[in-house]
Amino acid sequence: MSMNRRQFLKIAGVSTVLGIGGGTVVTGLRRTGLEASQVSPDPRALKAKRWGFVVDVSKLKTDEDYQKCVDACHGIHNVPDIGNPKDEVKWIWKDTYERTFPTTSEDEHMNKELKEKKFLLFCNHCAQPACVRVCPTKATFKRQDGVVMQDMHRCIGCRFCMAACPFGARSFNYRDPRGVDASGRPFIRKENPQFPTRMIGVVEKCTMCYERLAIGQQPACAEASNGAILFGDLDDPNSEVRKVISSTFTIRRKPELGTQPSIYYVIGGTEHA
Amino acid sequence: MKNAGTIVIVVVVGFVAFFGFPFYYNIGKANEAPKLKFDTPAILEWEKVNGKKECVEPKEFMRGEHMQMLNQWRDSVVRNADRVYVNSQGRSFTMSFQNTCMNCHSNKKDFCDKCHNYLGVKPYCWGCHIAPKEKQS
Repeated sequence: MSMNRRQFLKIAGVSTVLGIGGGTVVTGLRRTGLEASQVSPDPRALKAKRWGFVVDVSKLKTDEDYQKCVDACHGIHNVPDIGNPKDEVKWIWKDTYERTFPTTSEDEHMNKELKEKKFLLFCNHCAQPACVRVCPTKATFKRQDGVVMQDMHRCIGCRFCMAACPFGARSFNYRDPRGVDASGRPFIRKENPQFPTRMIGVVEKCTMCYERLAIGQQPACAEASNGAILFGDLDDPNSEVRKVISSTFTIRRKPELGTQPSIYYVIGGTEHA
Repeated sequence: MKNAGTIVIVVVVGFVAFFGFPFYYNIGKANEAPKLKFDTPAILEWEKVNGKKECVEPKEFMRGEHMQMLNQWRDSVVRNADRVYVNSQGRSFTMSFQNTCMNCHSNKKDFCDKCHNYLGVKPYCWGCHIAPKEKQS
């Protein structure tokens, strides 16, 4: 069984061609797409050019007012309550004036009531989101309607977005959200079977209730807020949010960073702040 | 090497005997193909209304291509916000794994798991998506 170089090259060449060609024949014949079918948005879906919020903190008076919004969101989205600040996962939360607007200059004569006021914070769905720029897998991306969306299927858990986000709106699942704490209590007390959970090792955040917008409902926090959170199209001059923004003094978090947050805070208790 | 031929034969036969063991050990007792159950309340209800059991696409297509289809549904819903699927018969469905697929196939253990276990595939759908509650365990 001997072979000279010429014969060897002939056989090697023929089998290479057959191998490449054969592969194409097999893959070419496979059905890959779904022909004769199509996808479309739900006709009930709310549409906008750029969704945004106005949060009127003067309408949030008791701890209960805040908690109602937080529970509405965390309940339907299966957000785990881990129970310690290091591993905590949050989509919407309340915080102090200092931590909400840390770049405003300090003022010893500042209104005491305002200094002690709590603010309701969640993802700003910035027009120029820093998190989207740094995401290496495009797991987080900006939708046409302004929602900064998080695709949990694609997140590799690198946490670049958490470093990039100036608002602390993103949480990492250090623990398995389906797990239990030391006393055996599940992190997700009551699962909403209509919505997925997340898994250990992915980043999550407020998704502006994209699943509710898709069927014509307002975000859950706005619905539960009793008018304290207004939701609407920032690009529509006739929208409720724009009317409030044009007639009232509003502030945004860290506007100097240029990310163009989409949440406007109304602080004053009066109409002319 | 007087016995070279014999040695080669013994080695080859031994090799075939050893590594071929799983094949001839299982000859004649082929595993039964998994039998899926299509008797959930939602499917029976559908049958009552529409006269037959049917999925969003024909059975053969679903059997072979459901994984690609689920990926397309996922990308369509999450990335493009297109949630309505019009199938090859012109019928519309909401593209939702937990609320549409698993609403009919509420028997994960007798449906998804049957084939996936048989074939040794471990899809990671259930790491996040919540499986329907089932009575049997």
